[in-house]
Parts: sequence; C-alpha cells; structure tokens
Amino acid sequence: MTLEAPSAPGEAKLLERLLAGEEQAYEELVRTYGGRLLAVARRFLPVEEDARDAVQDAFLSAFRSIHRFEGNAQLSTWLHRIVVNASLMKLRTRRRHPEQSIEELLPGYLEDGHFERPASPWRTDGLDPAEQDELRKLVLKSIHSLPEGHRNVLLLRDIEGLDTEEAAELLQISPGAVKTRLHRARQALREQLEPHLREAPPS
Amino acid sequence: MKCREFVEFLMEYLDGALVEQERSVFEGHIEDCPACVNYLATYRETVRLGNSVCTPDAEVPADVPEELVQAILSARRQR
Repeated sequence: MTLEAPSAPGEAKLLERLLAGEEQAYEELVRTYGGRLLAVARRFLPVEEDARDAVQDAFLSAFRSIHRFEGNAQLSTWLHRIVVNASLMKLRTRRRHPEQSIEELLPGYLEDGHFERPASPWRTDGLDPAEQDELRKLVLKSIHSLPEGHRNVLLLRDIEGLDTEEAAELLQISPGAVKTRLHRARQALREQLEPHLREAPPS
Repeated sequence: MKCREFVEFLMEYLDGALVEQERSVFEGHIEDCPACVNYLATYRETVRLGNSVCTPDAEVPADVPEELVQAILSARRQR
C-alpha cells in the first residue's frame, strides 16, 4: 500500500523547499503525511506512545536524509518505508511478552489428513456501514493477536504491500522464512475470523 | 492429496508457483472436496480483508495530533 500523495507537482515543489531548508516546509511535510504515517505505525505498535515515537523518529530520519531522496520514487512511498522501518526498530526495543505459539492457531487435522473442523463459506458481502466498521475492528484485533514474528510478516506483505525480498531485508530473515511465516500467519488469521464470519446454517 | 497437503501448498498455488503436475493434483483435490473449496475462498478473503481494512479511506486519522507535530518540529530544531 502507498500513502495517498498530493499531486506530483505539489510534491516536487515541497521537496524543493525542503532541500532549501525552508522551516515552513518541514511543518508542511509533517502536517501532510503525519496522520497517515501514524496510522501505519499504530498497526505495528498498538501502544499509542510507541506509535508516536516511531513517527517522530521517522520524520527526524527523513529530515536528515532528504537530500538523498531520489525523485524517481514518490515522496509518500519513501516516507512509508521510513516509518515502517522506524516502527520495526521501536518493536525491537520493546520487551517481548510471552505469546501463543503459531502452531496452536493453525487448522487442526484428523489422522487421515482431513480437517478437524471443515471450513464454511463466509458472509462478508452486503454489510451495512456499522457491520463494516465492526468487521474492520475485528480484523485489526485478530491481526494484533498473532505472535509478533508472524504478525510483522503479514503486516509487511499483505497490508503495507512490500514484496518478499523487502520484507526479508527489513526483518533480517531469509525470503524463505518470510514465505513460510506469511502462509502460517494467513492461516492463523483465517482461523480467528472463521467463527465470526461463517454463514449462519440454514434454519 | 489430503486437506492437510492442500493447505500446505495453497500459497504456492495462489502465487502460481506450482509446476504443472502439482497444480493438476491440487486442482483435482478441489473438485472432490467442498471443505477445501471453502478453505481456498476464505483464505483469499482473509488476504483481501487484511488489505482492505487498512486502505487510507478506511482509516479515520487523517489529522496528525497537534502535540505530535510540535514535538517533531521541536526535536528537529534541537538537533
């Protein structure tokens, strides 16, 4: 996912003013992108103070390296990568809490290899706005309940839109490990959503 | 093929990474197994939901808290 950007000419102009060190331009950058960067940081860091710290670190890092920004990427995409990185750095400084093992969240099988609980169709179409809002909260809550190592891979790949190699580099794991963790994280998320979304059996 | 193996190869199937023979075994299993048809559909739906709940449109905070703006600008000036 990329952040929605101002028009390209607007962005180029802002970049020019940043490179010239114009005080007002720094503030404009923060006001234009701050809310969206905060939304990204909150997905990785559920504690608000941590998310804000990550956004602050991201902007300070962006200010320092703005002269290295190359015009061939969008400013918004560049900032998105910086805040994702700042959020992961922040996570590394947090004490790890004991968490559920991913194995316990995967589908169960009978001895003959069939599902213990066969999957049902889901109802996710034709929801009214209140139901959609509830669904959105449920998905976010379920993502946050995944073990951290798997949650981060799912966030990077399926939500922030990074490719396997980019995610591997940021998490300092192999591309193969990214793929394995992504598939398991999706399975675990599916299991969490299933009881809430399965179609009611015909009465 | 059993459901367990079906799930194991599911992501590679969706990524188009299975070779022809593996794909035909995989697709043969779907034809016979309604539980795996449902699993495939809801796995895809899981990926879609994760993606769609986090689009900028779905996100409320377009504004950045004023105290955060001030904290960032003040930290910049102190560098």
